[in-house]
Amino acid sequence: MTELLIKNGFVFDPINGINGEKMDIAVKNGKIVKSVNERKAKVIDATGLTVMPGGVDIHTHIAGAEVNTGRLMRPEDHVKDVVRKTALTRSGVGYSVPSTFVTGYRYSKMGYTMIMNPSMPPLEAKHTHEELNDTPMLDKATYPLLGDWWFVLEYLRKGDLTECARYVAWMIATTKGYAIKIVNPGGLESWGFGRNVRTIDDQVPYFGITPRDIMCGLAKVNKMLNLPHTIHVHTNNLGLPGNYLTTLDTMRALESVATGDKPVAHITHLQFSSFAGNDWGTMRSGAEEITKYINAHNHLTFDMGQVIFTDTTTMTADGPFEFTLYELSGHKWVNSDVETETSGGIIPFHYKRNNAVNATQWSIALELALLVKDPWKMFLTTDHPNGGPFFAYPKIIAWLISKRARMATLKKCHKKAQKLSLLPSIKREFTLYDIAIVTRAGQAKALGLKDKGHLGVGADADIAIYDINPEKIDIAKKYKAVRRAFGSAAYTIKDGEIVVKDGEIVKHVDGRTIWLDVKTAEQVKVDEEMKRRFKEYWTVEYDNYPVFDHYVKVSCPLTIKADV
Amino acid sequence: MVVVKSVTCPICGSLCDDIELTIENNEVVKVKNGCALCESKFLGYKGEHRIKTPLIRKDGKLMPVSLDEAIHKAAEILANANYPILYGWSSTSCEAQRIGVELAEEIGGVIDNTAVVCHGPSILSVQEVGIPTCTLGQIRHRADLIIYWGCDPWSAHPRHLERYTAFTEGRFEKSDWKGYIQKVKAAAGKKKIESAVRRGVVKRPKAQPMLQHELVNAPPPTLMKEGRKLIVVDARKSMTAEMADYFIQVEPNKDYEVMQAIRALIRDQELDVDKVGGVPVEYLEEVADAMVNCNFGVIFFGMGLTQTAGKFRNIEVAISLIRDLNKRTKFVIMPMRGHFNVTGANVVFTWQSGYPYGVDFSLGYPRYNPGETTCMDILLRGESDATLVIAADPGATFPRRAVEHMAKTPLIVIDPHMNATAMLGDVVIPSAFVGIESEGTAYRMDHVPLPLKKVVDPPKGLLSDEEILRRILEEVRAIKAKKMREAEAA
Repeated sequence: MTELLIKNGFVFDPINGINGEKMDIAVKNGKIVKSVNERKAKVIDATGLTVMPGGVDIHTHIAGAEVNTGRLMRPEDHVKDVVRKTALTRSGVGYSVPSTFVTGYRYSKMGYTMIMNPSMPPLEAKHTHEELNDTPMLDKATYPLLGDWWFVLEYLRKGDLTECARYVAWMIATTKGYAIKIVNPGGLESWGFGRNVRTIDDQVPYFGITPRDIMCGLAKVNKMLNLPHTIHVHTNNLGLPGNYLTTLDTMRALESVATGDKPVAHITHLQFSSFAGNDWGTMRSGAEEITKYINAHNHLTFDMGQVIFTDTTTMTADGPFEFTLYELSGHKWVNSDVETETSGGIIPFHYKRNNAVNATQWSIALELALLVKDPWKMFLTTDHPNGGPFFAYPKIIAWLISKRARMATLKKCHKKAQKLSLLPSIKREFTLYDIAIVTRAGQAKALGLKDKGHLGVGADADIAIYDINPEKIDIAKKYKAVRRAFGSAAYTIKDGEIVVKDGEIVKHVDGRTIWLDVKTAEQVKVDEEMKRRFKEYWTVEYDNYPVFDHYVKVSCPLTIKADV
Repeated sequence: MVVVKSVTCPICGSLCDDIELTIENNEVVKVKNGCALCESKFLGYKGEHRIKTPLIRKDGKLMPVSLDEAIHKAAEILANANYPILYGWSSTSCEAQRIGVELAEEIGGVIDNTAVVCHGPSILSVQEVGIPTCTLGQIRHRADLIIYWGCDPWSAHPRHLERYTAFTEGRFEKSDWKGYIQKVKAAAGKKKIESAVRRGVVKRPKAQPMLQHELVNAPPPTLMKEGRKLIVVDARKSMTAEMADYFIQVEPNKDYEVMQAIRALIRDQELDVDKVGGVPVEYLEEVADAMVNCNFGVIFFGMGLTQTAGKFRNIEVAISLIRDLNKRTKFVIMPMRGHFNVTGANVVFTWQSGYPYGVDFSLGYPRYNPGETTCMDILLRGESDATLVIAADPGATFPRRAVEHMAKTPLIVIDPHMNATAMLGDVVIPSAFVGIESEGTAYRMDHVPLPLKKVVDPPKGLLSDEEILRRILEEVRAIKAKKMREAEAA
């Protein structure tokens, strides 16, 4: 295996408290080591460059049934962005729902090395894994949707947390997943008959359980199983004016599960859950109230769900929300409910600056990011492709590091949104250290990925090098240069190999699929009774349900010992 | 003797995965749970039409050759072709389809699957208006109104009703199997009485079958029934229609009008005509009423909608109807996909290239324009200069002019059987049956992936589609690299 020495770069490694110090990073056998033989090793001269751990994305829809239906439905999205085959890389299409290969290449070109695919219907888990196998350059993991799974609803209603935990453990290992994903808890089951839940204390029809029970129950289960990540929550009432109250209720409800300062839940794409106002006409930002709460409590992390002004494709397991969007827009609409488990929907969407609601959404995400004092609680995402395509991340970085950048965009926005926006009153500008937290270190920490997101000895040698000289330029002023640099990494190093140089792929690697093999003391009994129940609930046989080992190209199981 | 349980049946888009096979001496001897189609495949796949060895056409005759020779020849044809077509794919595994796309990209060809002649129009409509759908289990558990339009599952997807729709027991909806048995009994009783009448036991005038014009004049039957309702709309009274609670006979090619009329009715608009598409408006009102008043409804549609006049416009209006209905109640729609993995072909092509079928790589990136980049159109324009056909038989189903062009240019066929296309082929490579002799993955009509099992060994020397394609791809790359070296040397 090659040895690598990255010399003299400005290193930003927040987990190890390194803030822009000039230092060398040594790599051997795909891991960060103390030192290497300088004469033998390949040397990268990083003088005047910024060195960070490889980027980690905690929430990006890049693979699986939903994403693929989005691809199928949007040929008009593909034609404007085509990618040629080269000697090294496969061809494909890009923009809001890129083909799998292009997804891998584009993330890698931005210095990302690990992504989390957040919504996998367990029944269609094989599909997700097949696509992840065809997503090169990255390590990846995926979250099964468990919040409306009948088994969970039934055991939680019975109050049998232990049994619930066993089944959740079984499901995560069976679908080769990584975390418990909850989407509009209770709402998706209600959507089976075209209904929804409106508060966290509404009853789910036929199941006698409330969203509050589901979230708190699964948060407890998550603890019992010692999962590395927290529950990953998409709140009720997402995308509707006034929903910040539901979000506050949700966060307060989860307080009951919290102990100490450890987070117990990740609220994903928080922007979509932070609308104040009574209807679309009076819709405004609820970021102030939300961040006030988050600043005063330590049991939560969240990601932004930044909106980008462009044409994109919204897709979520929140079927009823996509139906609302359909009613609003009349656009082409896909709904896809999955038996016993979840639902889903897709609608193309164009976020426009001169639309007051869209512009306010853009502002809310930035307000959330800037008003939360502790950057370790907040992560940069667009909820790709819901808020916008992931390749717009450098734009968000520019808005975060530079008041000038965000004011330049705000000036072009709808007048009403400008007037309501809190951005003019916010002075805060992120440093590169903050950026390193919100784009890699914080995400890796929240995910419990011990070998990712930092450059300490023993970490995976996933490294990004950007052409930014923090000594020479004032990033807040030269935000455009910073934006360019983050869009096209000088080097991306994956497992100790240079895979991107000057923004071009120089080596094709597969990347691993990380999943949890959760071991409970007593495992789920697979007997005839279980198989019969299985047959009743699903239309496939028990034997054909699991994601078998050969469905994962490069398998990387993490064994977790549960408390039950 | 071994019994293999939970086998997925590689025939139709229903992809039943509860088949039990008894294997003796590397042969399937007994099939449990399967329908007639399933049994005939598992018991009859080894028939006389099986190709036993690779063949190459020499002096106009197909001659047996070694596998290496056949693969080299196939690779040579593809590597030298300017605008080759790779067609078929619907009866093979996703693993083979993945390599197919890579091969198409490598040689700058067009990859197309049989959806182009069946549910291609459905996909075009999805690209126009989307599709509110679900997995089949949702229908089993929840649907209280099931409509089959332009399809006959009893014949084409025999276990569809019993596994997923009207005759299955769900959490919220009960099976209507008993009702059906009663109906069959009643029909048998009626027949007995009629035969008694014929034999002169009872003196009564002979009952005439109801004619179309009489149907029109008769008062419409009402759809009064508790529980699940089954409606069939078709141009003829199919087997499925026989057991339906309500049957509407549409004049051929008039589905579009009927569908639009129902759209108007569910919006509470009055129709100024008495009949639409040969159907009295009262019948349509009855159906519209059932639609609006159900808790969960579904329309399944087949070739009777996609390949009749209007084509993708038929599907577009059907989906639009579902969109409208969702403002009143819960309603979904689903195409009845035919081949067991035609859905998988669309899925795999889409994740790799962005497009579901008719993907053209001749410019180095994927391009999609049905009517231009689709197999049939290229053949009819005579533009292609080589064809690879796998897991399909266009030689038997395409129009003559298209087949003529296909036969004129070099033709490679990969198939277990000596079908019509293979007979026209220049290189014929026999393959193992996926789902019987080799494993893989297939997607059910509702996009649920299921594993295909290998239950017996293939005949000696036969490889799976996946393996054959991989070897062709490697050979193509070797030939191209050699050419490059030669060009550089020159």
